[in-house]
Amino acid sequence: MISIQRTVIFGATSTIAQAVARQLVARGASIYCVGRNSAKLEALLADLRVRAGEGQLIAGEAADLNEFTRHADLLASAEKSLGGLDAVLVAHGSLSDQKACEASASMTLKEFDTNALSAVSILTLAANLFETRGSGVLAAISSVAGDRGRQSNYVYGAAKGMLTIFMQGMRNRLAKAGVAVVTIKPGFVDTPMTASFDKSGPLWASPEIIARGIVMAMEKGKGEVYLPGFWWFIMLVIRYIPSRIFNRMNL
Amino acid sequence: MVKHRRVDDVDVRYEALPEAENTMLVFGNGRSYGDVCLNADGTLLRTRRMNHFIDFDRATGRLVCESGVLLKDILDLVIPQGWFLPVTPGTRYVTLGGAIANDVHGKNHHVRGSFGHHVLRLELLRSTGERMVCAPAEQSEWFHATVGGLGLTGMIVWAELQLMPVSSAFMVTESKKFGSLDDFWALNADAESRWPYTVAWIDCIASGKSQGRGIFMLGRHAPAQSQFPAWRESTKHFPIESPVSLVNSLSLRAFNFMYYHRPLPKGTGLSHYVPYFYPLDGVREWNRMYGRKGFFQYQCVLPPEFSRDGISELLRRIGINGQGSFLAVLKTFGAKPSLGILSFPRPGTTLALDFPNLGEPTHRLFRELDAVVREAGGALYPAKDARMPPDMFRAGYPLWEKFSAYVDPGFSSSFWRRVTS
Repeated sequence: MISIQRTVIFGATSTIAQAVARQLVARGASIYCVGRNSAKLEALLADLRVRAGEGQLIAGEAADLNEFTRHADLLASAEKSLGGLDAVLVAHGSLSDQKACEASASMTLKEFDTNALSAVSILTLAANLFETRGSGVLAAISSVAGDRGRQSNYVYGAAKGMLTIFMQGMRNRLAKAGVAVVTIKPGFVDTPMTASFDKSGPLWASPEIIARGIVMAMEKGKGEVYLPGFWWFIMLVIRYIPSRIFNRMNL
Repeated sequence: MVKHRRVDDVDVRYEALPEAENTMLVFGNGRSYGDVCLNADGTLLRTRRMNHFIDFDRATGRLVCESGVLLKDILDLVIPQGWFLPVTPGTRYVTLGGAIANDVHGKNHHVRGSFGHHVLRLELLRSTGERMVCAPAEQSEWFHATVGGLGLTGMIVWAELQLMPVSSAFMVTESKKFGSLDDFWALNADAESRWPYTVAWIDCIASGKSQGRGIFMLGRHAPAQSQFPAWRESTKHFPIESPVSLVNSLSLRAFNFMYYHRPLPKGTGLSHYVPYFYPLDGVREWNRMYGRKGFFQYQCVLPPEFSRDGISELLRRIGINGQGSFLAVLKTFGAKPSLGILSFPRPGTTLALDFPNLGEPTHRLFRELDAVVREAGGALYPAKDARMPPDMFRAGYPLWEKFSAYVDPGFSSSFWRRVTS
């Protein structure tokens, strides 16, 4: 079990990340929260401070993670505030409007900035930090959508696919340095991101359940993790449907 | 199943309410039994993600939090730090907003009153965008309209509570059998002066000399001690909806007989607060045991001067019918007047029961019970109601017209439309 007592969370104000932050605080951790909306961030920090005990540091700053030049400073602030870092969780993202992206190349590219490139940038910086130390956990929230491009969400899927493969390579590189690289692949989660979906089926999970899986995966230094676990099987099937058949479907 | 035209989540407390072409209503965790938390064909605003703590002073026990916080979240935070909710209803899974809007009460009403008595301030957000901080002495009219106001005055955004100090997470408990209603009244009068938590379970279909037999349950918070029993949270689920109600006159008679005659621990014991206060929270989706047709709750309060005869008469009619449930609860309220214009708790005695929904026979029984309650000058509890007729509402809440002046024009609920039609 890896001790994750000092964590920086990027995209901390997202629903899943808030649940992770609360669970980490309950485990005695100190947290640095980075979120775009400062009012939401302040509400989260106040909530975490009420929950935290003696000696737990709760701090953060507002930042738009599409401003890539800020990434290095954000990591430095986090390290300074917490007196070191044991884990980095990249949890920000947006659910791309597929149809709008199909009509606009610039919108599509912007979505790649948000969902892939900004994460890659943060992870690159954090990887070097942890490799020198020889310990730590790098985690990011990808998605089952990154397992196969499909007509309903391939802009989002491609971004997440990039993130997954990038982290796969990083895992290979950092294994020798004793640094864990955890790729979280949630299925359907009931959060504001999926507000427009019909959530009546059994496949929908609560953010708290996903958060519990994330904390466990980070503490155990796992690799790629489907949450909830049954998505491993669903995606196995999805991935192996032959193209000729898949392309006639509307998944 | 009630259909809403629009269901939205409110995540953040600093934004104005959304514009809507129809009326809206805030929805907490939906633990009310009927339609107080529904707004058919309208807009429902869910606060389940507006659930942040804002501030907690562990020295004074003053807690400020958003209205979507569950009472369970509050208890999980404050009990290890030596604090407790001064008033708690029978489930932890209600939101702070819901607890205020229904002015919920608990087994200690005779000592601590109802939930509204412990709200120091709250922020009310109106559909116009106007925000008001209300307290007993500040914007007090709005405070008194919003406590027990069933969510109709606007959205409760956050509230500050005064918690109560405790020395442990355990309760000292005692149970006593009583053979009849007369015995209940005697036990009750004695117990209330010595125990902060008192409630009775009644065998609602025992008749004749055994009418109103039951078990009286007493409790107080346990002091610190060197050894507590082990306790772990466990939840069982009622896995599927029963095809028919498992609660019928045969099963009820059998259950009640066994439950009344079961061996009770002698003297006092220690119980963790969760199974003591929240026995039903331990079986999630317990409503499934009633089957698809579901059930109705019937909870009334009778004024003190009519309590003895009124309760006897209610039990008599229920007994004749053979309908009734495992959960028949009797409690006397204290004299402290409630703070809400529409608050249910008032001096007298409250009786709460479940009935399987058998259609017309159930409704007929309710009309009979209504007549008894009406005659006694009592009232029914909106949070548990799915069928009270408008005249019962008006009789039980004579200040309802005064209250209507405070209803936000952009807000409405299925319950409100039903009882003011």
